[in-house]
Parts: sequence; C-alpha cells; structure tokens
Amino acid sequence: MASLSPNALLLSAFEQLGAVGWLFFKTLKNLFRRPREHQILLQQLEEIGVRSMPVVSLTAAFGGLVFGFQTYTGFHRYIGPGSEAFAGPIITLGLAKELIPILVGLMISGRVGSSMAAEIGTMKITEQIDALHSLGANPIRYLVVPRTLAAFFMLPCLVLYGDIIGILCGYFYNVVLMGVNRVMYVQNTLMYLEIWDVATGLIKSCVFGVVIAIVGCWQGMETEGGAEGVGRATTRTVVISSISILILNFFISKLLPSTLKGG
Amino acid sequence: MIRIIDLHKSFGPKEVLRGVSLTIEKGETMVVIGQSGSGKSVLIKHLIGLLKPDSGEIYIDDVEITRLDDDELMRVTRKFGLLFQGAALFDSMTVAENVRFGLERYTRSSEEETRKRVAESLALVGLNDADCLMPFELSGGMKKRVGLARAIAYRPEIMLYDEPSTGIDPIRADAINDLINKLKIDLGITSVVITHDMVSSYKIADRIAMLYNGEIIEVGTPEETRNSRSPFIQQFIHGQADGPIKDW
Ligand SMILES: Nc1ncnc2c1ncn2[C@@H]1O[C@H](COP(=O)(O)OP(=O)(O)OP(=O)(O)O)[C@@H](O)[C@H]1O
Ligand SMILES: [Mg+2]
Repeated sequence: MASLSPNALLLSAFEQLGAVGWLFFKTLKNLFRRPREHQILLQQLEEIGVRSMPVVSLTAAFGGLVFGFQTYTGFHRYIGPGSEAFAGPIITLGLAKELIPILVGLMISGRVGSSMAAEIGTMKITEQIDALHSLGANPIRYLVVPRTLAAFFMLPCLVLYGDIIGILCGYFYNVVLMGVNRVMYVQNTLMYLEIWDVATGLIKSCVFGVVIAIVGCWQGMETEGGAEGVGRATTRTVVISSISILILNFFISKLLPSTLKGG
Repeated sequence: MIRIIDLHKSFGPKEVLRGVSLTIEKGETMVVIGQSGSGKSVLIKHLIGLLKPDSGEIYIDDVEITRLDDDELMRVTRKFGLLFQGAALFDSMTVAENVRFGLERYTRSSEEETRKRVAESLALVGLNDADCLMPFELSGGMKKRVGLARAIAYRPEIMLYDEPSTGIDPIRADAINDLINKLKIDLGITSVVITHDMVSSYKIADRIAMLYNGEIIEVGTPEETRNSRSPFIQQFIHGQADGPIKDW
C-alpha cells in the first residue's frame, strides 16, 4: 500500500467504494427474497442488541456524567451561579442528538462490526462461503441480509436506551451531586426539548447500523490470506466504519432540520 | 454431461488454466490427476460456478453456466455435490446440522425424512454416532467424511470429490472408493474425482485425465493411462522425481 502513487491510491479508493456500493445494492436486492433466514436474524438481533447493552450502559452513563459535568462548569463559570439549571436542555439535546448516537455507533462498530468481519473472514478463508454457495445458500441472503437488518433495527434501540441512561446520569450529576434546582432543571429540559431531537439521533443510528454491518460483511467477504488477513479485515472494519460514522454524522446533522417547530 | 471448452483462468500474472477442454459423460467417473498446484481444485470450482473463468465455456447438461446470475446458478448447483479438499464444514454447526444444510435448502423433505436422510448419509461414511459433535472435535479424516456425507445427503446428480482419500487411513480410503463406486452404480451419479492416489484411481475411474501446465494432456481409460507413452504420465503415475516434469 505504502508504495502506491497518489493516482493509484485514489483509484483504489474508488474501486473500494464501488465494491462496497455493489454489496449494498445486492443486499437491498436480496432483502425480501426467500428463503428468509429468520433464525440467523434472531441470533443477530440478540448478538447486536441484547449483548451490547452492558457496553452501551457504561458508555452512555459516563458520557452523560462528563457532559453534565462540563456543561455545569460552563454555565457556572460564564453565566454565573444559579444559571446551571439551564444546563438541562443543553445536556439533553447534546446527548440525544450527537453524543449518544456517535458513542454507540463507535462502540458497536468496535464490538459488532469487527466480529462480523472476523467471523465472515474466517468463513471465507476456510472455504465455508464457497460451501454455502454449493449447498444452495446465497451468502448475501444468508450472511449479509440478516446482519444488516439486525443492525438497522437494533442500533436505534440501543441509542434510545443510551439516551435514557445518559440523560439520567446528566441529571444525576447536576441535580443530585451539584444541588442544581430539580424543578427548574426538569422544567427547562421539558420546555426546550422536542421529540424531534431524539428522533434525529435515532434516524442517524439506523444509518450507522447499516454502515457497520455492510462494512463488516464487506471486509469479511474480501478477506484473503490466512489469520493475518482476518486480523487486517477486522482492523480495517473498525477504522473504516468509525470514520464513516463520524463523517456521515456531520452531514446528516446538517441535512436534517434542527427543529420541526418552524424556526 | 459436463463439457468444458477451452477454459482459461489466471490469478494476477499467474496463468493456472490455459485452455482446458474435457467432456465427462453422464454416469461416468472421471479421475483428474496432476501435480500439486497444477490447478485441479481451481478447475473443479469452475464447474459449480465458484470461480468465473477469464474465457472459455462450461456446459452442464447443455446449459452454459459461466455467465449465469446468482439465482440461475443456484438451480445448477442443486445438481452438484462438492466435497471440498479442506472439508469446509460450517464450524458453528454440529455435524448433523452440517449434513442437513443442503437437504433443507435443496429438497422439500419433512423433518422426519430429513432426520432419516442425515442418519443414512452419516452411516454411509461410517460416522454413526457423531451427530452432536462440533467440527473442532473431529479428526481431519472425520471432517472429510462429514463433508462427504453433507455433499451426498441431497442426492446430487454429479459428485465432485476433491481428494476424497487424502488424510484418511488406507482402510477407510478404500471404503470411500467403494462408496464412490456404489453411488455410481446405485444412483447413476456422474463423478469427477481429484486424487493423487493411483491405486484408487485405477479402482474407481472409467477414464483418467491428466492436468499438466494448465492443459489436459491426455485422457484415457485406466488401462490406456497405465500404458501411456507420454513420459509426463509415466513419470507421474510411477512417482519419479526424475523425468520431463522438472518444476516440482
Ligand atoms: N484464490 C486464489 N488466488 C490466487 N491464486 C490461487 C487461488 N486459488 C488457487 N490459486 C493458485 O492456483 C494454482 C492451482 O491451485 P489449486 O488449488 O487448483 O491446485 P491443486 O492442483 O488443487 O493442488 P493440490 O493437489 O495441492 O490441491 C496454485 O498455484 C495456486 O497458487
Ligand atoms: Mg487441490
């Protein structure tokens, strides 16, 4: 890789983009084809959803705490003591719209995306993907579709769950630990927060889910050359999907209206 | 019937198949011999559409398969059972689940029939009590036999065996030769067998083809092969390091 000229690098970047786009297209095409692999879908829903809850709990809790802490500090320092109750809507907005979707997206790409790449990559190099073909199972339908669907449905669930934990922890830091006025904090939060704020985070997380699954499956399917190849595929999965999540996050945030109350 | 016409395949700069042509009749057992790395596995993978050739054609019962899309190809793969060189068992499934995988997708058997067929196929390869084991609990030769049971479970019309006896003890290997012959006689299965083992070849082959340098250099009955005047074939079947084949 290091010895490639810039032109060749650009070319290979487009090639890769083409490959991942092609996989995505084939996944969409196979989305509703039979036979549906219900059992695998259930397995993946459990793997991606239920088993990620501990990680998401911790991430969201500490994300909420530290964000609550710095917002409190900000209000306390610049606006003055007594203004900290206004931290409520900011904490909630920041968590629901950006912080939790990004943290969850990154954590899941590390936890789930990498394991998809490793599992499918191992299947690839041990000819199990070829065996699927020869036994009448289309690998896209059997491996990629259930993983993509599961990630698409589970990421928003995890984000919603993370929102609740993060917001509670932000509240806990400010109201319980720092003694901010509870009624004001809650009132301000409810006054300024819209359902749409939470919804944007959930919409983004659906996209992140698809990105994580497609990148993981793509890298797995492309795996070549033994254990080292599997290692490379998992690393690349985490790098590519994390960066894609951060970049996409910005553009989706810009594209979606920031409020639905016409302002 | 399988007709392979002028098949070419390269991996990067490496030309593996350089114009392979071969016809395999219905119900016939064709043994393909050739050096390690000569492209036998690559050839067999083309027959079932796992690899696409750079050029050339493959007809399976008069259907040209090299340009079919995934779903059309699936109807062709139904006809085939493939025993992989490395067994390629699904390592997250038990032996029984491996064996029933193709059955469930290719046939509409009831649960009871499927169970019966799985047990039957495992019995044919001499693995009666292995149902619940996971692949990592099996020896290399046992894996190979599970792979064989999985491939024959749904009664394909054409069996492709990639080195069925490699890694298996001589007694078991002979039992597998008998099984190959039995499947051919009882069910009229067409077989393509890749092997290095000349004793097995003579026992199971109707015809033997030798792949050398990316081409089929000779096809003949076991008798013709044994008496072949080609020095390449003589060197190969007698396993001599000295001879016209130098690049080993
Ligand atoms: N996916 C691949 N990518 C690159 N090269 C490959 C690939 N598959 C096979 N080859 C090359 O093609 C050649 C033929 O491989 P093949 O596996 O068909 O050999 P073989 O005749 O089956 O050998 P053996 O008897 O050892 O199994 C080898 O030189 C191998 O390096
Ligand atoms: Mg081989």
